[in-house]
Amino acid sequence: MSAASSTRPKAKGKVPKPPKAVIIAIAVVFFYALPLLHLPIISTPDSDFAGVLFTMAIYVIVALGLNVVVGYAGLLDLGYVGFYAVGAYTVAMLTSAHGSLPFLVVLPIAVVVAMISGVILGAPTLRVRGDYLAIVTLGFGEIIRLAATNSDWLGGARGVSKIPAPPSIPPNKADGTVTDPLFEIPHIKWDGIIPSIDDETKTRFLKFGVLDAAPYYWMALTVVLVVLIADVLIKNSRVGRAWEATREDEDAAEIMGVPTFRYKLLAFAMGAFVGGLAGALFATRQSFVNPQSFALLLSILFVAAVVVGGQGNRWGVIIGASLVVYLPERFREFADFRVLFFGLALMLLAIFRPEGILPAGRTRRAKAVEEELIAVEEGSDTDGAEAEVKPSA
Amino acid sequence: MLLEVEDLSVNYGPIEAIRNINFTVEEGSVATLIGANGAGKSTTLKTISGLLKTRTGRVVFDGKDITNMAPYVRVKLGISQSPEGRGIFPGMTVRENLDMGAYVRTDRKTPAYQEDVDRALTLFPRLEERIDQIAGTMSGGEQQMLAIGRALMARPRLILLDEPSMGLAPKLIQQIFSIITEINNQGTTVLLVEQNAAQALKRADTAHVLSTGEITQSGTGAELAGDASIQEAYLGGAV
Repeated sequence: MSAASSTRPKAKGKVPKPPKAVIIAIAVVFFYALPLLHLPIISTPDSDFAGVLFTMAIYVIVALGLNVVVGYAGLLDLGYVGFYAVGAYTVAMLTSAHGSLPFLVVLPIAVVVAMISGVILGAPTLRVRGDYLAIVTLGFGEIIRLAATNSDWLGGARGVSKIPAPPSIPPNKADGTVTDPLFEIPHIKWDGIIPSIDDETKTRFLKFGVLDAAPYYWMALTVVLVVLIADVLIKNSRVGRAWEATREDEDAAEIMGVPTFRYKLLAFAMGAFVGGLAGALFATRQSFVNPQSFALLLSILFVAAVVVGGQGNRWGVIIGASLVVYLPERFREFADFRVLFFGLALMLLAIFRPEGILPAGRTRRAKAVEEELIAVEEGSDTDGAEAEVKPSA
Repeated sequence: MLLEVEDLSVNYGPIEAIRNINFTVEEGSVATLIGANGAGKSTTLKTISGLLKTRTGRVVFDGKDITNMAPYVRVKLGISQSPEGRGIFPGMTVRENLDMGAYVRTDRKTPAYQEDVDRALTLFPRLEERIDQIAGTMSGGEQQMLAIGRALMARPRLILLDEPSMGLAPKLIQQIFSIITEINNQGTTVLLVEQNAAQALKRADTAHVLSTGEITQSGTGAELAGDASIQEAYLGGAV
């Protein structure tokens, strides 16, 4: 009996696992295909699913950026929407309001401007810790929004419209005539649970129009993948370790030789960079921006996405960001009640999974530490390592 | 002199923590600051490592004025600190903690680096047993060992030890102090801050008594250990 039970886990380990690369490739293809599949139950019945997916991808980018600031470096930023707005407004200014540069030229400018705004905000404020930082960043987000509302040059309360879409491939004619796409991809339609190819609904590959959001989603998803790769590389680098040390104990990190202020500023700048990138993509899809698009509530929602998902865990925050967008859209049929349910869902999560849906490894560790300390305080000896372990049998 | 502290005063807001402190530490020696809780011992160490700003005075390391240098620059110059209490990174493993100790080094893939890891693990065999354990789950004594081992990983010329015996069992205190002597024998200068005056004075070449932010007495470890007033105040009567 005991032999059988002891071999079971071994046998389980022997099941050949498909190589990691294959799993990743399948997942990537699946996510690219999602807007075409029109999956029952999963797709949003009352709003365009490709559009919802685009917004999800934007929020995922935002959450990955904010996760660097909040999750890795441990800096609570409540004004992250400010960087998102800076990215979006830079695109609006240079492509529509005060210039007509092409989107692909403006995109790098927008992220750099957002990054510079991050450094300008961070340099004086990162010297304060904890709650104070949260208050200062909260103010920053509001200042950006109010500045946009009150400045005619920035479009005022009415905002800026006619922001061009990304360039289609092959490019459309100068007079606005839409050229034929390289190819068209048919969608899938469902008859109950039987899928079939829908020849009437097709997505025009790399054609950025107003009606079909799928090309925008693919663009945003590609950015998600790039940001994700950068995130993995940075987290495993010397920079990532410096952030982790700073977050765990700033003084201890400092006396290990980590210039903590510089690394916090770097986290802020990178977070702002990614936030600006998301904002720029948002602007080009939306084709107009106004100050109401960047309300304080959005900052709170971004932080909620990171915290709900599990700050410090990139997969967690991806899930968190997706849910924050998806749930209210999926349950649109409940009209205004959906916000109530959404709030309820957040509260339930806060109660039952306070460390997030997928907590970071170190959060799980910290919890174990806490339990250990409680056990020690409850009366085991101070030097636990020397405690005798008596065989129970 | 490896370390010179001149006329050092440090404030916490309006409150004076230490006042006009002067002492020196000779290369290769063990120096100790003893005194009661709140006397300013830790404040002095944190000022030397750069975590606290001075109000007046200078800190000179190896002839260089380091008073206004950032802590991480001081680590590169060769000053390493083992902080008071649980100053380790609790969520990281023992190995990750040791790696953080070597953060300023660029030779992390060389045999020299591995030698230093081995050296730390030889000094503290307990750490080797727990190399992949999460540091925060270890006992107080093990965490203290890790803090000292981590400080050594920077290959310091001067190691600052803040209360290494605090909260440890008597047997472990003996062990920690003999390791401190061993570290010193291997060529690292030690500045030790201790409430356990008896042990500290026994090991120290030079010793200073801090009382409410000022140095009240200085001498060799043996001199101070033999001093009647110190026996009375810090050693619990005659030893």
